[in-house]
Amino acid sequence: MMSFVLLAEQVLNGLQFGVMLFLMAAGLTLIFGVMGLINLAHGSLYMLGAFAAASVAAATGSFLLALLAALVAAALAGAVVEMAIIRRLYDRDHLDQVLATFALILIFSEGTRWAFGSFPLYLDIPPALAGPVRLPGGIDYPLYRLALIGAGLLIALGLDLMINHTRIGIRIRAGENDREMTAALGIDISRLYTLIFALGAALAGLAGALVGAIQSVQVGMGEPVLILAFVVIVIGGIGSIRGAFLGALLVGLTDTLGGIFLPEALKLVTDPASAKAVGASLASMAIYILMGAILIWRPTGLFGSRA
Amino acid sequence: MSREGLVNLAVVLSVVLLPFAAHVMGETYWVTLATRAAILALAGVGLNIALGQGGLVSLGHAVFFGIGGYSMGILAYHAQTYTPLVESLGLPGTNLMPLIWLVAATIAALAALLIGALSLRTSGVYFIMITLAFGQMFYFFALSWPTYGGEDGLSIYVRNRFPGMNTLVPIQFYWIVVAVLLLALLFSDRLERSSFGLALAAARQVPARVEAVGLDPQRLKLVAFVLSAAVTGLAGALFADLNRFVSPTMFSWHTSGEIMVFVIIGGVGRLMGPVVGAVVFVLLEYLLGGISEYWQIAFGILLLLIVLFARGGLIGLIAGRGKAHG
Repeated sequence: MMSFVLLAEQVLNGLQFGVMLFLMAAGLTLIFGVMGLINLAHGSLYMLGAFAAASVAAATGSFLLALLAALVAAALAGAVVEMAIIRRLYDRDHLDQVLATFALILIFSEGTRWAFGSFPLYLDIPPALAGPVRLPGGIDYPLYRLALIGAGLLIALGLDLMINHTRIGIRIRAGENDREMTAALGIDISRLYTLIFALGAALAGLAGALVGAIQSVQVGMGEPVLILAFVVIVIGGIGSIRGAFLGALLVGLTDTLGGIFLPEALKLVTDPASAKAVGASLASMAIYILMGAILIWRPTGLFGSRA
Repeated sequence: MSREGLVNLAVVLSVVLLPFAAHVMGETYWVTLATRAAILALAGVGLNIALGQGGLVSLGHAVFFGIGGYSMGILAYHAQTYTPLVESLGLPGTNLMPLIWLVAATIAALAALLIGALSLRTSGVYFIMITLAFGQMFYFFALSWPTYGGEDGLSIYVRNRFPGMNTLVPIQFYWIVVAVLLLALLFSDRLERSSFGLALAAARQVPARVEAVGLDPQRLKLVAFVLSAAVTGLAGALFADLNRFVSPTMFSWHTSGEIMVFVIIGGVGRLMGPVVGAVVFVLLEYLLGGISEYWQIAFGILLLLIVLFARGGLIGLIAGRGKAHG
């Protein structure tokens, strides 16, 4: 039977997965909410952050410098791409946005493969955060994953404060509500857009670097995360940071717990071998079933107001 | 005849005559390339019904392509191993193409009915993300479902049969594929001109007016989505037969993106758009792929330029702006 320790570990894994998804989803939903742009290339920025971090860590041995490199590289790439290409797409329909950003994925992915080769890179967990930590209740849990949960929660809090309580946050919300009026009040809209895009890119790059230390860093690593971030946004409601946060935790927990409990639950009704196989198949579908259920209940997501 | 009409005629003639010329000259490799292009074009013709006629930006058509592929794979697997498809009923597999196509198109249509009914509760960017997500769901299911090969895929040793033809001869298989493609194009053209097609165009442009005359725009779109999926499913079955192999890659979202790319390169809503797009894609893949394994960088740049600067696609460049598309 399932023990309390295992359950607690899986809940923590789910939270850790969820907060990292949130970093991706927050940028996507902000970019969609303010600029009305669907950006498939967001996963490429995640990958870029991971590669920048892995390269700098290999060269300097410093994890902090690696994280900084991920932030800077992703934000810079985001700003350049926004100024060169993305800003031509704001007035276009979603189809053009999908295709242009799909083209960007091809360029980023193959460009990275060309520069770094097809073999994965590895990013080591910093020594200070290596090893397990004993939690109340006798649970030994990896300190690094715990740090990821903490970092994710802090960033979520920071974003919420920034959007609701700072001048730049007011501008972002103003841009979301009424673009013309915001411009008429003397705010440089195109600079604001570049800034938001770079901010979203930096969050994606940071997520890539942080997750890169527990997975391998390779071409195409951003795409599964991108699609999960879309699921998060559909669940949370487009444009809503709080929706993205709730959606990300829901998806993270469903995916992690589903992978453990569905095979276990099926063992009660069928033999262990097929329970494992069918359970794994069902678990891989669990978050999409969750998404479908939420769509039936609330077509614009938990916090969404528009389609 | 309009300029687009002339372009269409030229495309149909090239599709029939050029591979035949290649066959006569003994260039079977080119016949196989043409077969690949024609099958991908068929997938695009399917997507174009949803995208061009219905205005539905589906980024999940790989689902139907993959379902078509696995329908073929599973039926042919049971036929080649002489095992029953459904044990309890003693239902056998089959290696007869028309039967496989029927199953592929039907299952793809049923899946589209389900996915469409859910996805069409929303619109715009939600629709794009949801179709993409459902596509990923099928991809992971195919990966983790061990019965038919899981991530290794499923090989079929002999190409399936078609009565009166030898499908192992490249040009004969090509004729079968082209016949299906031309029938699908005819179907798509007739559909667009039918009263259903006109109502669908109206539902795409001004849903409120369609509702005002007593039609349900969502239902029109759902029917278009289902028909579109059936055609793409058929293409999936043929694609699997061409390669004699199916794998979860057919379900991957890159496949969805690529099918959409064929339609756009050629021209959205243009009858021959997917054909032109698929031919250009296969040619680029062959020519650029021969120069560098990183050919997709160049392809990405080309795609970006077409999206940014050539908005009617290649047919739009040649034939000028056609009918309004909203």
